[in-house]
Amino acid sequence: MGDTVFAIQGADFVLMGADTSANQSIIRMKIGEDKMLEASSHMIMGATGDGGDRVQFTEFVQANMQLYKYRNGIALSTHAAANFIRGELATALRKGPYNCNLLVAGYDNDKPSLYYIDYLSCLHKMHCSGHGYGAIFMYSLFDKWWKPNMTLDEAKELAKMCLAEVKARLVVAPPEFKFKVVDKDGVRVVDLTA
Amino acid sequence: MARRYDSRTTIFSPEGRLYQVEYAMEAISHAGAAVGVLSKEGVVLAAEKKIMSKLLETSKTTEKMYKLGDHVAAAVAGITADANILINTARLSAQRYEFTYGEPIPVEQLVQHLCDTKQGYTQYGGLRPFGVSFLFAGWDQHYGFQLYQSDPSGNYGGWKATAIGANNQAAQSILRQDYKEDLTLDDALKLVVKVLSKTMDSTSLTSDKLELSSVTMEGGKVKYHVYTDKDMEPLLASVNAARAAEGADS
Repeated sequence: MGDTVFAIQGADFVLMGADTSANQSIIRMKIGEDKMLEASSHMIMGATGDGGDRVQFTEFVQANMQLYKYRNGIALSTHAAANFIRGELATALRKGPYNCNLLVAGYDNDKPSLYYIDYLSCLHKMHCSGHGYGAIFMYSLFDKWWKPNMTLDEAKELAKMCLAEVKARLVVAPPEFKFKVVDKDGVRVVDLTA
Repeated sequence: MARRYDSRTTIFSPEGRLYQVEYAMEAISHAGAAVGVLSKEGVVLAAEKKIMSKLLETSKTTEKMYKLGDHVAAAVAGITADANILINTARLSAQRYEFTYGEPIPVEQLVQHLCDTKQGYTQYGGLRPFGVSFLFAGWDQHYGFQLYQSDPSGNYGGWKATAIGANNQAAQSILRQDYKEDLTLDDALKLVVKVLSKTMDSTSLTSDKLELSSVTMEGGKVKYHVYTDKDMEPLLASVNAARAAEGADS
């Protein structure tokens, strides 16, 4: 629950933010950790979880997606990837579980999409979602302010509201967040203030 | 020839041939023909039935055509019992993919998986190869309508029009002459029936000797349709008439 990841789907993009604090119990080991792994040219996974599971699992997914691409000449769609991820978590759950929650955001077939997957392999397609303590404060903001076909500027404003709420209310609020956008041009880092 | 090498399926002969694979293909060349044609509106498969008996329960048994998934079907030429095993493997493969990825398996991947299985029987295990060739007809969102052919070696290729089984060389040469790009589904149906009527032994085609099916798109969903005897009547009538006219001219 220590990591916070959230995402907002707009008209033709998904904006995802994740905190950059890598923690070990009560100690902040590192600031500037990127928790949004680029699984393919048009898909990112924002993941929470500790003990190496976050990195192990997301890199495992990334490797499988690349293998699929090289074997079959086509990239896995976001929908297919989300289902694959869910299946892997589900299979591992009663053997050697991964303690990892993810948000999968991608752009294919001319559409953006966002999937919520938790460590019990629950899968939901959503337009706004989050993981971690910070996300708890965001759901009511999503309910009030999200609307279909938002522009990137509108989504950034909503994200800023979310960050303000986390900062104000969460005792262990992370000091820094990083943001990425997935759209038809691929993945890029964005600055909320720009 | 080097006969003493025949009995081992999984070794080369001194001339660099795999005899068992070749013998499997020989078995298929005696089996009922199957023809496939790709059109822009869908893929058509036609096959010659070898087992004809009025006692056969035709509504319950199919000898040549099989549905592998909602979006892909196959026609078979060769040993039916061998085909049944591979059909089951293909169906499992398609469903496993859908279970993992939540979407239908791309047609070529299904073909590849089946062919990898067939290839295994030419290289290890000490079991004979499958005596079956397939024509796969399907649709996926990546490449639209597709037609593939595979043989006992595990080799496969994508085709616009092709034939397997008895007289397949004759069938292929007719296809080479008569196939055109941008065929409609109707054109493709007439073409497969025409090709079969020319390569089959019998003088005229009747619906009990034929299995005919198509993979098309209807209402945004892929449709696999097996033509009933009634559906086939007008098609066969026109092809038989054309053939009679040709016969009268020559």
